[in-house]
Amino acid sequence: MTDAVTTTSARPPRNQWWDVWDQFKTHKGAMFGTVVFFAVIALIVLGPYIWAVDAKYINIRARDQGMSLTYPLGTDQLGRDMLARVIAGGKTTLAVGLAAMALSMLLGTLVGVLSGFFKRADGALMRLTDLFLALPLLPLLLLMVMLFREPLVMNFGPEMGIFILIVVAIAVTSWMNTARIVRGEVLTIKEREFVLAARSIGTPSRRIITRHILPSVMSPIMVSATLGIANAVITESALSFLGLGFPPDFPTWGRLLQDGMPYINLHPERVLWPALVLSALVLSVNYIGDGLRDALDPRIRGR
Amino acid sequence: MLTFAIRRILLAIPTLIFISLVLFLLLEAAPGDPLADMPLTIPPEVREKIRLAMGLGEPWYVRYVLWLNNFFVTEPLYWVDSVFGTDWAQGKQRILSYQTRSPVFDTISERLPQTLLVVGTGMLVGILIAIPIGVISAYRQYSWFDQLGTFISMIGFSIPTFVTGVVLIVIFAVWIPNSSPFWLPTIYDTTLRVQDWDSFIAQVRQMILPVTVLALYYAAQISRYMRSSMLDNLGQDYVRTARAKGLTEKVVVLIHVLRNSMIPVVTVITLLIPGVFTGAIITETIFKVNGIGQQLLLSLQGNDAPMVMTITFIFAVLIVAFNLIADVLYGLLDPRIRYD
Repeated sequence: MTDAVTTTSARPPRNQWWDVWDQFKTHKGAMFGTVVFFAVIALIVLGPYIWAVDAKYINIRARDQGMSLTYPLGTDQLGRDMLARVIAGGKTTLAVGLAAMALSMLLGTLVGVLSGFFKRADGALMRLTDLFLALPLLPLLLLMVMLFREPLVMNFGPEMGIFILIVVAIAVTSWMNTARIVRGEVLTIKEREFVLAARSIGTPSRRIITRHILPSVMSPIMVSATLGIANAVITESALSFLGLGFPPDFPTWGRLLQDGMPYINLHPERVLWPALVLSALVLSVNYIGDGLRDALDPRIRGR
Repeated sequence: MLTFAIRRILLAIPTLIFISLVLFLLLEAAPGDPLADMPLTIPPEVREKIRLAMGLGEPWYVRYVLWLNNFFVTEPLYWVDSVFGTDWAQGKQRILSYQTRSPVFDTISERLPQTLLVVGTGMLVGILIAIPIGVISAYRQYSWFDQLGTFISMIGFSIPTFVTGVVLIVIFAVWIPNSSPFWLPTIYDTTLRVQDWDSFIAQVRQMILPVTVLALYYAAQISRYMRSSMLDNLGQDYVRTARAKGLTEKVVVLIHVLRNSMIPVVTVITLLIPGVFTGAIITETIFKVNGIGQQLLLSLQGNDAPMVMTITFIFAVLIVAFNLIADVLYGLLDPRIRYD
């Protein structure tokens, strides 16, 4: 026992995130996912600089072209360049995914911390969570998008209005699992000695939460955040695919899939490109989540 | 156990009433006008009379209570009448669709069989694939079979059904020529009646693609649960005891371990069952199956509030009911679980 203590203390002090990174590196799928994820991000962020073609430029004479040097992924039925459309679509899809994930994490963490920390709020908030879990989510999402489309478009313009609508709709229907996980963690952490110590020196609840509780529940939040991106991207694409997402001249990957469906017999590659990038993004994010879950679990990390 | 079940059923009633209220208020806030499709030549006073005849003159809480009464009292009475030939309903007002002007439940009962057939088969195939994969993956942990199974289930888990559906259409309907026996139809022919061998084969062929999409989706989820549940049980003491008694490996794995591992998996499958009725909106849209999910989408686009309200509420009832069944089933299958 004493030997073990001396050997560990002999090691130079090290940030715990380096241990997490070491464990993360051993997960092959997660490393591969990280590479693919950053490749997709690079395509979306740097793409417009390298391939500076307007995604909305209609050139009807060059419609339905195959793959060539001028049009690497061909053109659609209006002669718009597919590569530019895939890049532009990725920007929207990723923006919706990140914004919806952030809002959903915020809601989930808020409900989870409040119900875990304050006993009085627990019953009501958990009933609310159960209620949301009992809702038929996809029909409800379709309902919300269908009903509130017009008022929001009137107020914020066609693009911003639908962006707000879809982000809020996805967040409102996806915060429940985060809330439950965070609540469970908070319940165990608030009984620990350091929280008792903080309370005994008179720290107010607000500061105990921000200083002690929140940093301790960061790991489960990070894992559900990665999975939340995947969920939000899929939901947005599903809505666009069903024709309830962004307007037609505003490409997203789901929208490109839907636009390509009527031409699938003649130009199958038009649906395959968006399908491929969408799958690559979701699969890579899920693998990262898998690796993070292992890396952030201290019971697995030691081994 | 019984008290637990009764308490849960009692708790489910306010939950369902609250959900119905939320849905009703959401639809109430809709800007859509059910008379928007009517000709513009109808004079405003006639339009107002049509509106009143549709029951739209009452305030929302009156209509909400009427809807509740229709859903929980009148419609079950009609159902009893049609099954037993009685006459209890006595021509009471039913829930009418704005679009078709016919009872909502007639449309639902026309469409439910297709959904149950296609999505139910998909789930069944998924379970039948998932259980052996889960058992073998766990028994040979970290073997190439396990790695491949993990990868495929990750794909099935991540890639949404509208992508797998589209890719399968491209492969089996576009790249494979029409004359080849491997070509598969992508549009579900709803007028097809199974009468002889040929029409049966046609029915099977048109079901292959949607069923494959759904089976992959379900198998990915269930096989993961099966694997982790098997792994939990394989390390238990009773397995070592069984082996020490000299039981064959087959008996140990397939009888002792499999039976115990099925307990959480059965619960997960129960929780997935409402999806058989609800979750296939996208698959039904891709393959043009005229099921209940497609009807919901059509009604949403047509501002058909009674139809949307009824279908969505039936979904909510199914989810609540199967959550309850899963909890009770878990307690029944595993005597270690105590709810009181």
